Amino acid sequence: MVTLTSPESQIPSAAPQVSANPVAFVVDLIDSPVRDLNQALHDAEDGQAWTVINPGGKHSLAVGIDTDISVSINGHAGYYAAGMHQKGEVTISGNAGVGLAENIMSGRVHVKGDASQSAAATGHGGLVVIDGNAGARCGISMKGVDIVVGGNIGHMSAFMAQAGRLVVCGDAGEALGDSIYEARIYVKGSVASLGADCIQKPMESEHLEELAELLIAAGRTDDPTEFKRYGSARNLYHFSVHNSTAY
Amino acid sequence: MCGIAALQLRNPSLQADMGSLLNSMMCQIVERGPDSAGLAVYDTPGLVSEGTSTLSLLGKDHGLSIDEIKDSLTSMLSPSATPVVKVVGDTTLVSASVETDLLVRSVQETLPDSVIIGRGEHVAVMKGVGHPMEIASDHGLESMAGSQGLSHTRMATESAVTAGGSHPFSVADDLCLVHNGSFSNHASIRRELIREGVEFDSDNDTEVGARYIASRLKKGDDLEAALRNLGKVFDGFYTLVVTTSKSMAVVRDPIACKPAIIAETDDYVAMASEYRALASLPGIETAHIFEPEPGKVYTWSL
Repeated sequence: MVTLTSPESQIPSAAPQVSANPVAFVVDLIDSPVRDLNQALHDAEDGQAWTVINPGGKHSLAVGIDTDISVSINGHAGYYAAGMHQKGEVTISGNAGVGLAENIMSGRVHVKGDASQSAAATGHGGLVVIDGNAGARCGISMKGVDIVVGGNIGHMSAFMAQAGRLVVCGDAGEALGDSIYEARIYVKGSVASLGADCIQKPMESEHLEELAELLIAAGRTDDPTEFKRYGSARNLYHFSVHNSTAY
Repeated sequence: MCGIAALQLRNPSLQADMGSLLNSMMCQIVERGPDSAGLAVYDTPGLVSEGTSTLSLLGKDHGLSIDEIKDSLTSMLSPSATPVVKVVGDTTLVSASVETDLLVRSVQETLPDSVIIGRGEHVAVMKGVGHPMEIASDHGLESMAGSQGLSHTRMATESAVTAGGSHPFSVADDLCLVHNGSFSNHASIRRELIREGVEFDSDNDTEVGARYIASRLKKGDDLEAALRNLGKVFDGFYTLVVTTSKSMAVVRDPIACKPAIIAETDDYVAMASEYRALASLPGIETAHIFEPEPGKVYTWSL
C-alpha cells in the first residue's frame, strides 16, 4: 500500500468538502514502492493533485495515468517516467532518464530539467515540454505528439517521425529528422546535420501561427520568427532504386 | 545491461570517503547487472603505495599459504624487495619494492595457475561472482579511502559468468577498463593482437578492448588518442570508462546506444550508467550534469 501524507494545510478546511477543491496527496518514495504509487495514481479520481517526494531517480514513475489528475514529482526521475500517459498532467521538477513520456497518447508532461534519450518516442498525442536539454533520439518515430524543448536536442531526433510537431529552442544534433515522414520540426538554433530526406522548408504564416501556439502552450516567450522549419522532402516514401544511396 | 559507477575525487578532503561514496553509487546499479561485479580503487592506503608494485590476483586460494607465497617471492627477488601478501575479500594482493614486470614473473613462477587482474603502483582490483553489494562488502569497500574508484555490475552476455570475466580489465600498469555493451568484432581484433604477441586471460570481449588500449598506449598514444583509435577499430555498442593512475576517461559508441551520465563539481567527477547512482553524491543538486556525446572522448586528470 502506498503511504500517503496529506498536509493539513492542503486539505480544504470548510465542511462539507467541495469536490471542485483538489485534495493534495503526497507520496514519499522512501516509504512507498513505485508499483504502489502507480496503482494509487491509476485509482485516483479526476481533479486530484498528487505530489511525489524523494523520487531519487527511480524508474517508471507515474506511468500509464488514465485519470485527469495532476502529478508533481519533486526531484529527478529515472527511466520511462510518465510513459503511456493518457490524461492529466505530470510535472517533474528535476531531470528525467531514458524514455520520458514514451508512447504518450494525450495530456501533458513537463520536465523542468533535462531529459535523457528517446524522450516522447512513438508519442501519439499530447504535449511534452522539456525546459532543459533532451538527449539523443528525441521524438523518435513520433506519431502525433507535440514536443517543445527549451534547450538542445541530441542526434537522430525525430527519426522516422510520422506526425506531430517538434520545437527546439536551442540547437539540434546530427541527422535531424532522418527518414522523416510528415512531422514538422521547428529549430531556433543550429542544426548539426539533416538526416536522409529531411530538408529546410519555408516558414509560412500558418507555421508561424502553429509555432506561436505551441510556444505559448509550453509557457515560453521565444519569438516564432527566429525559428526555421524542417520536414520531409518525400523522396523516400516509396522505394526507388534511383534513391538507393539516399537511405 | 551492466552498470558502471566511477568517481574521481578532485578535493583531497573527500578521499577518506571514496569507498562509501562509491558503495552508495553502486547500490543503485545492481539491477543493471546482478551476476558478478568488479572494483578498482586507486591510492587506497593499506592496499597500494607509490614506489611499490602491487598485483591483484583472482581468488584467495592458490594452493600455497600466504607465508609460502611470501617465502618463494623473497627467494626470487632481492632481499630489499620485502614482498607482502594479503587477502582482501576474495582477492589476493601481492606487493614488493620491485618493477611490476619482475613481480609478475615471480608470481607466475610461484603460482603458475593464478590470474593477475590488476597491476601497478596505484590500483587494486577486486572481482567476484554473486550479488555486487556482497562482493563490495566482502572486500570492505565502504571503509576504503582513495583518489579514484571504479565499479562494474555485470550482466554477462559475451562470455561466462566467472570472476575472471568480470570487469574491470586491468592489463597494464594502473590501467583499468569497464564496459557496458558488447563488441561485435572482438574475435578478429583478438586474432590481430595475438599475432602481435599479446596474451589473453579470458574469452571476454572487453578484455580485447583493454588489451587494444594497452597496446596503443605502448605505441605512444595518450589515453584520448587510444580511445579515439578504439572507436575507429571496434564495432558494437559501448559505454567505456578507462582509468589510469591520474586520469579518467569516458567514451560512448558513435550512436550512443548505451546510457551514460556525468556529474562534475569542484570536488569530483562522477560517471554512472544512470542518474540514480549519482543522486546521493554530495552537492549533486548544483553539479554540472550531462550525457556524453556519441563518439566523443572525455578525459579528466587529477
